[in-house]
Amino acid sequence: MKYLTEFRDPELARWLLDAIAATASRRWTLMEVCGGQTHAIIRHGLDQLLADQVEFIHGPGCPVCVTPLEMIDRALAIAARPEVIFCSFGDMLRVPGSGTDLFSVKARGGDVRVVYSPLDAVHLAEAHPDRQVVFFAVGFETTAPANALAAVTARRRNLTNFSMLVSHVLVPPAMSAVATAPGNRVEAFLAAGHVCTVMGVEQYEPLVAEHRMPIVVTGFEPLDLLDGVRHAVEQLEAGRAELANAYQRAVQPEGNPAARKILAEVFTVCDRAWRGIGTIPNSGWRLADAWRDFDAEIRFDVGGLTVAESAACRSGAVLQGLIRPPDCAAFGTSCTPRRPLGATMVSAEGACAAYFQYRRLAPAGAAATPGSPGPAAGLQT
Amino acid sequence: MADTADMAGWACPAPLRDYQRIVLGHGGGGVLTGELIEHLFLPAFAAGSSTTRRDPTSAMADTALADTALADAAVLAVGGIRLAFTTDSYVVRPLFFPGGSIGELAVHGTVNDLACRGAVPLALSAGFILEEGLELDVLGRVAQAMGRAAAAAGVRLATGDTKVVERGLADGLYVNTSGIGLVPPGVDVRPDRAAPGDRIIVSGPIGEHGIAVLSVREGLEFGGDVHSDTAALHGLVAAMLAATVPGVHALRDPTRGGLATALCEVAAAAGAGIEFTESAVPVPPVVEAACGFLGLDPLHVACEGRLVAFVAAADADAVLAAMRAHPAGRDAVVIGSVTAEHPGVVVARTAFGGNRIVDRPLGEQLPRIC
Repeated sequence: MKYLTEFRDPELARWLLDAIAATASRRWTLMEVCGGQTHAIIRHGLDQLLADQVEFIHGPGCPVCVTPLEMIDRALAIAARPEVIFCSFGDMLRVPGSGTDLFSVKARGGDVRVVYSPLDAVHLAEAHPDRQVVFFAVGFETTAPANALAAVTARRRNLTNFSMLVSHVLVPPAMSAVATAPGNRVEAFLAAGHVCTVMGVEQYEPLVAEHRMPIVVTGFEPLDLLDGVRHAVEQLEAGRAELANAYQRAVQPEGNPAARKILAEVFTVCDRAWRGIGTIPNSGWRLADAWRDFDAEIRFDVGGLTVAESAACRSGAVLQGLIRPPDCAAFGTSCTPRRPLGATMVSAEGACAAYFQYRRLAPAGAAATPGSPGPAAGLQT
Repeated sequence: MADTADMAGWACPAPLRDYQRIVLGHGGGGVLTGELIEHLFLPAFAAGSSTTRRDPTSAMADTALADTALADAAVLAVGGIRLAFTTDSYVVRPLFFPGGSIGELAVHGTVNDLACRGAVPLALSAGFILEEGLELDVLGRVAQAMGRAAAAAGVRLATGDTKVVERGLADGLYVNTSGIGLVPPGVDVRPDRAAPGDRIIVSGPIGEHGIAVLSVREGLEFGGDVHSDTAALHGLVAAMLAATVPGVHALRDPTRGGLATALCEVAAAAGAGIEFTESAVPVPPVVEAACGFLGLDPLHVACEGRLVAFVAAADADAVLAAMRAHPAGRDAVVIGSVTAEHPGVVVARTAFGGNRIVDRPLGEQLPRIC
């Protein structure tokens, strides 16, 4: 499979692992920014293979995890309205709001549909002129161009029944927040390759200069990740802090000019609340003023919601690398993918979910009894 | 929400929640389905089970209820013989997909559930729920597909039922088939017989059915040369049992939830651990590619014509040879073994030398693929 199996080659991986081991004189602390990278690292066991050279701190680059609770609650309120067809990527359906989730809204009669492209939502709006079609536009710079294209397409087709609930977030401001957080231990970043595919790499030059930390643009397959680690470790060992691109087959320095053009037209930078972190200045996109007629927050009166976050889960400490997911008392006990306490346990890209899925240890007494139904329930729920 | 960034105070908790209504995931064959069976159906059904006629001398009698919940089919002792009994409903969308239709699935799926108890399928029932407005031509094509599949499998479609609901209350048509089969003397195939030391054999490439259905799903048409693997497996099972009766401990057809779910369920039932080598699992390139861009794990994608066998180590070579000599098992391969370590937990060794836990998907990954 072109661009897939080549980058999962065990022999090349061994060569890269040996090269990293030969270079590293001590254990370095790296943050892979994107949740997709976290998932690949854990799934393929790269953290185990690099245990002596690298500690991975799992970054905030999981759109499901960082979408603020009030935005989830707005989505739930809009989705429950009878005139609305609410369209979302599948991941968001399970994210708990203050009281419920989109799956439950759907079960109670809400017209919630999983789409694979925002243009599918535009097509639904065309097919159902008597309904209001709302697309939940979440994610980082990666998903934003297609969402912008949906707005452009809807305007071109004079659709008045299409709108978007926008909660886009931007990676570089989050990396700055990590780098400047008190007690930060991250020594180098593996930047999110797919974000750079869209935006290019120039945004990271100021971060490298300001924080004196290596930033390596890194892909998502095992060899991509190992190559990113190798670049980072080489710089750290040499005392250098530079911007490097270890994902050149996908990332051009200027990014994708067509995508950046449409993004600049449709969206405008705004302050954005990150779930559990708080507001990071200039860290999000909202619809630009010329596109506010497609803004679902304006079209539907969903202000004045009272959100209910408790302070039970410790995902902040997880994201800072102060603890690993299993170090949290709730991990695998009161907090599981089945009943998540925090969004990091919900998403497939969330660090806690990745650990639960691939690394949790069998709790004592979980041994199954032959013939009894569901003896593994203690492990799985 | 704080006004300023507070990384240390990151807390994204939501209240503990539970579903008070059925959500799609309850039908996904994963964790939610399991909870429904364990916490709703089994307690409700247990009261009536004591009145079920069972042969008190049967070894199965005292485990009949758990047996029903965990295995692909129940085995009931009736007089001096043992009957395997199972039921399955088919709601796949679209009704026709590359390599088959809901008709073939409705026959093969139920035949395979019987086969996974080592039973020789005898007869099936066919219950139809039809939506008002369904074209007769569509129903006719489905019925003919069922007839052909049953004839090829050597089972009778012996009884049936038809109901019609108002337009909008069903999606075209749904089919339920129940099946009975005869368990040959001496055959005892059930998930809890898997034991440490057993070799784990997969009968062929995984994931083709789920990807074939997805490839023609509205809004997702990605083409590609992939066909459902739907097939009846009782012939393959008979060939395996001809190699050894006592050595075939457990069989599972990895449908909803894929190979991962099949392995997890057997590990749970047997109270044993499972270890397998990820690179040994045959994943066709088209399945790997489709999973790559859809964000799916091939281990979670359904098959409809594959089985995974747990075979005593001493008999593994003979069973593998028998499988490879049969058309439905020519690509059979050993992927791992059962271990006394980490009971109930399935561990994959990655191609790079790491390892990871393999779990069932929580709910539905691909709705209505069978």
